[in-house]
Amino acid sequence: MLSTVEYAAVDYAPASGLLSSVWLLIAIPAVSAAVLLLLGRRADRWGHWLGCLSVGASFVLGLLYFARLRGLPNRSVELNLYTFIPVGRLRVEFGLLFDPLAAVFVLLITGVGFLIHLYAVGYMAGDPGRRRFFGYFNLFVAAMLLLVLGNNYLMLYLGWEGVGLASYLLIAFWYDRPSAATAGKKAFLMNRVGDAGLVLAIFLLFATLGTVNYRDVFTGAAGLTTGTVLILGLLLLLGATGKSGQFPLHPWLPDAMEGPTPVSALIHAATMVTAGVYLIARSNPIFSANSTLQLVVTSVGALTLMIGCIVGCAKDDIKRVLAWSTVSQIGYMFLGVGLGAGAYALAIVHLLAHGFFKAGLFLGAGSVMHTMREQVDIRRFGGLWRSMKITWATFGIAWLAIIGIPPLSGYFSKEPIIVAAFERPGWTGWLFGTVALLGAGLTAFYMTRLFVLTFHGPKRWTEDIEHPHESPPVMTIPLILLAVGAAAAGWLMTTSVPEWLTPTLPAKTHEPVVHLAHGVVTTLSTVVTVLGVGLAWALFRNGTALVPRPAGPVVTAARRNLYFDAINRAVFEVPGRWLTRALVYVDGKGIDGLVNGLAAFVGGGSGRLRRFQTGFVRTYALSMLAGALLIVAAFLAVRLG
Amino acid sequence: MSAVLVLVLAIPALGAVVAAALPARADRAGRVVGTLAAALTFGISVPLAVRTEPAGSGARGIHPWQQLDVAWVPGLDLRFHLGVDGISYPLVVLTTLLTLLCCGYTLWSVPGAGRGRLLTALLLVIEVGILGTFLALDLVLFFVFFEVVLLPMYAVIAVWGGDRRRHAARKFVLYTLFGSVLLLVGVFTVVSTTGTADLVRLTAEGGSGLARGTQLAAFILFAVAFAVKSPLWPLHTWLPDAHTEAPTVGSVVLAGVLLKMGTYGLIRVAIGVAPYGAQRAAPVLGILAVAAILVGSLVCLAQVELKRLIAYSSVGHMGFVVLGIATLTATGLQAALIGNIAHGIITGLLFFLAGAVKDRTHTGALGELGGLRETAPALAGVLGFAAIASLGLPGLAGFWGEAFAVVASLRLNSPLWTVLGVLAALGGAVTAAYFLRLLRRVTHGPASPAVATIRPRLAPAELMSWAPLIVLALVVGLLPATVVSMAARPVAAVVSGSR
Repeated sequence: MLSTVEYAAVDYAPASGLLSSVWLLIAIPAVSAAVLLLLGRRADRWGHWLGCLSVGASFVLGLLYFARLRGLPNRSVELNLYTFIPVGRLRVEFGLLFDPLAAVFVLLITGVGFLIHLYAVGYMAGDPGRRRFFGYFNLFVAAMLLLVLGNNYLMLYLGWEGVGLASYLLIAFWYDRPSAATAGKKAFLMNRVGDAGLVLAIFLLFATLGTVNYRDVFTGAAGLTTGTVLILGLLLLLGATGKSGQFPLHPWLPDAMEGPTPVSALIHAATMVTAGVYLIARSNPIFSANSTLQLVVTSVGALTLMIGCIVGCAKDDIKRVLAWSTVSQIGYMFLGVGLGAGAYALAIVHLLAHGFFKAGLFLGAGSVMHTMREQVDIRRFGGLWRSMKITWATFGIAWLAIIGIPPLSGYFSKEPIIVAAFERPGWTGWLFGTVALLGAGLTAFYMTRLFVLTFHGPKRWTEDIEHPHESPPVMTIPLILLAVGAAAAGWLMTTSVPEWLTPTLPAKTHEPVVHLAHGVVTTLSTVVTVLGVGLAWALFRNGTALVPRPAGPVVTAARRNLYFDAINRAVFEVPGRWLTRALVYVDGKGIDGLVNGLAAFVGGGSGRLRRFQTGFVRTYALSMLAGALLIVAAFLAVRLG
Repeated sequence: MSAVLVLVLAIPALGAVVAAALPARADRAGRVVGTLAAALTFGISVPLAVRTEPAGSGARGIHPWQQLDVAWVPGLDLRFHLGVDGISYPLVVLTTLLTLLCCGYTLWSVPGAGRGRLLTALLLVIEVGILGTFLALDLVLFFVFFEVVLLPMYAVIAVWGGDRRRHAARKFVLYTLFGSVLLLVGVFTVVSTTGTADLVRLTAEGGSGLARGTQLAAFILFAVAFAVKSPLWPLHTWLPDAHTEAPTVGSVVLAGVLLKMGTYGLIRVAIGVAPYGAQRAAPVLGILAVAAILVGSLVCLAQVELKRLIAYSSVGHMGFVVLGIATLTATGLQAALIGNIAHGIITGLLFFLAGAVKDRTHTGALGELGGLRETAPALAGVLGFAAIASLGLPGLAGFWGEAFAVVASLRLNSPLWTVLGVLAALGGAVTAAYFLRLLRRVTHGPASPAVATIRPRLAPAELMSWAPLIVLALVVGLLPATVVSMAARPVAAVVSGSR
């Protein structure tokens, strides 16, 4: 049975004029990274400024390109730089595609990226490895831009692995800490499991369609069978779950918080972890073609958003709460792209808004940790609003934004996804809608807990802290700008972005009201949010115990990440270890033993011949010569005979 | 007729003779002479890309760019027939480059046993053998060159190797001799049945002069012989020992180019001469290749010695190369060729680095290493780069061969090959696990006692011998077309009619 892939091909204009230099976006941070990493200590004094400058330059260029793109009829330009690889009849171009979807990502990556780079100048000021840090950070920006700017899946994969590498290097940045080194490894490996899915999807495209170009794939996919499209989509989804920290490959993301805080803000909140959402949105003709596939994507999103919320409620580490919140918010985005049709654009709006408020939250957390001597336990904060007003105010705005208080951005970006979930026909609409609604309440609860325990209530600081102080301007200015974004972005983007993204993503259609009317959903989500906030405020406004107290099974399970690490260990690590041990045994004792045994057997059976095995090269050489003579003699006999 | 083809073989041979003939007090002079010879060889091997022969028709066969064909043993109708084409050229240049780097390295550092001029001379003799193997267009000549490599390599391991060098060297010799005997029988079978040893003619005929049964037998003989060299699971157990015990330059040559004689032989001789046999045996070859990928990478996870781990990684990587070959498609063979080159570049580099680590810390035990970034950031950085290149990060050389071997396998569109392709891709994911484990153990964490006191800087000689490989890993990664496009036509001419 043939699939029902519908794709109205957009004509990509060949890039000309200003837009033919779109490759500079990637090249500038890449060159800067190379300079920083190759020059070594010679660049220590100015390296961080070069790092900021390169991302800033890319941002300015991105704005110029964006302005130029608006004036083009199809708002899509393609630029093929050179033939990447011609193998057999397969051929891949090193090609870039600058279209509405790529453009918004470019602005997010370079814009928010620049602010975080700037913040890191202050945050990493005391670190001897600051230049190396900026080298890796620039490498990340270059790879992430490659990911979103490629015009085919192979280019995407190139960037995909590049950001994975940068993430690994940055998580393990403080390499002398065993926990950081291990977390880096875990992140890379879990990503690799997902990547195996993505790479198989790419291979499948090569094998069935002979191309990986987006346009050709989407046009050609109509000729694939339903089964092939399903497998293709599931493999892509596996890749997406790995990169975006979604069930079942989510456990690496909270551990990734071992990296410096700017890394958590840029890579593990604002940009890299949203690559999975980008992948699904980019492949929307494939995902929209198969309802089973869409059901799987929405289920993954809904499940993950609940997991993130539940664990987030029980964590005490400020960065890990935020990390689980990221897991959960990306769950909303997956829910969005899984719902299909107009919800693709909604997910992208949420992604952009999340980029602002989550980056703001992480940088705010970094500001707090900076003054609290790297303390991360929210049980040891409290009352900080007096000593760090800017951090408190900006964190507060981001907090209100993420829990969806109107008119801040989270309200405009998250609520439409909840509405869209209720618009899905059948009982799954009820299910996904309810989960999304519940998630909103839980988000309000754990984010309020985090906010109150950190900034309000009695001081519960460790003894060595006397006068917490506000961070320097190089850190607070990015905080303020991100807070402005977190406040305003949602309202600004709510209609403009979906319009801008058409027709790269499907246009919004006016769905019939299936389960609950828009107004009812809005009221309900406001009610659960207020309930969550009120509950958390009531519970935690007077502080909490300095150490976690024993709790019931649910809280204990949540504190232990719902036992996913234990399950991973039992299902993969332990059998894996046994398998490798068994193989080493077979290899050493079995095969090698057989070879040695055979040699011994031959040796024993012909004891007299052993005399020739003297171990001297000359003997071997002599016997080889004799053998060769014999062969030549045989040769001659055949030829002459 | 091209004299350059002879010079490529004659110069290193001459260099070896001169270097070996110099007295012990002129040891350094001997090494310099050897290195000069290697440099000259590299210099004249590059222009081999210039085509002097007419362009081939594209029909099945070998269409060399340059060739030399003179009578050798007229009574036996043996000819001294050399030629270079898009399949052999990248390997030839890789060989001359790696030999040059190794000779240059010996100029700076000679392993414990001393007598560096002899080591240089032996490296040059090995070069002659390997280059001859890649250039030979006559089956008997191919066999002769194939064998030339054996004894000097034995000596390199047995004289300059580590503590268990004797055992490792003997194992290497016995294994390889076993392979050689089969190869000889195969050569004998083909030559006596068809009455010619001319590879060009044999390939063009596509086995039409051989009965089907004979073809299958010949292919199996060839395949086993080359499988020992490649090495293909389960004929690989000589490799970890040989690599672990060999001196740095020995490991580099061994992994960098010597293994490639096996995979090159599979393409040029086994598939070229006995295509029907290849078709029949291809599934078995594919299954063994995937077994090599999976076993190689899983066994790596449990290794506790640096060089041994890298050696086992070769088993997995070469498994991808053999998988590409076993598909018997143009895509697969091109993947195999670029995989060969990439593995030579990256694993050569890795063995240089492992040698540098062992020279400094006097241990290769992963348990005793750690925190290399702390004391030697540059060395740790290059090691990280090489490990990441080897685990197949796209954009670096290692990715393409492995990716397209899997693509070629999936494109065959049969259940068996689909399963093999998927398993190979998963095996590739495991590669990441053991290289990250290696980095975690060697470069991360606090500095261990063995690492704490080492010299932080890289010697200029080290940089000189690594830099070309680092650059090549990047260039082949970003511009893979430079390697694969020249092989497109020759490969098509080999597989046409095979499948």
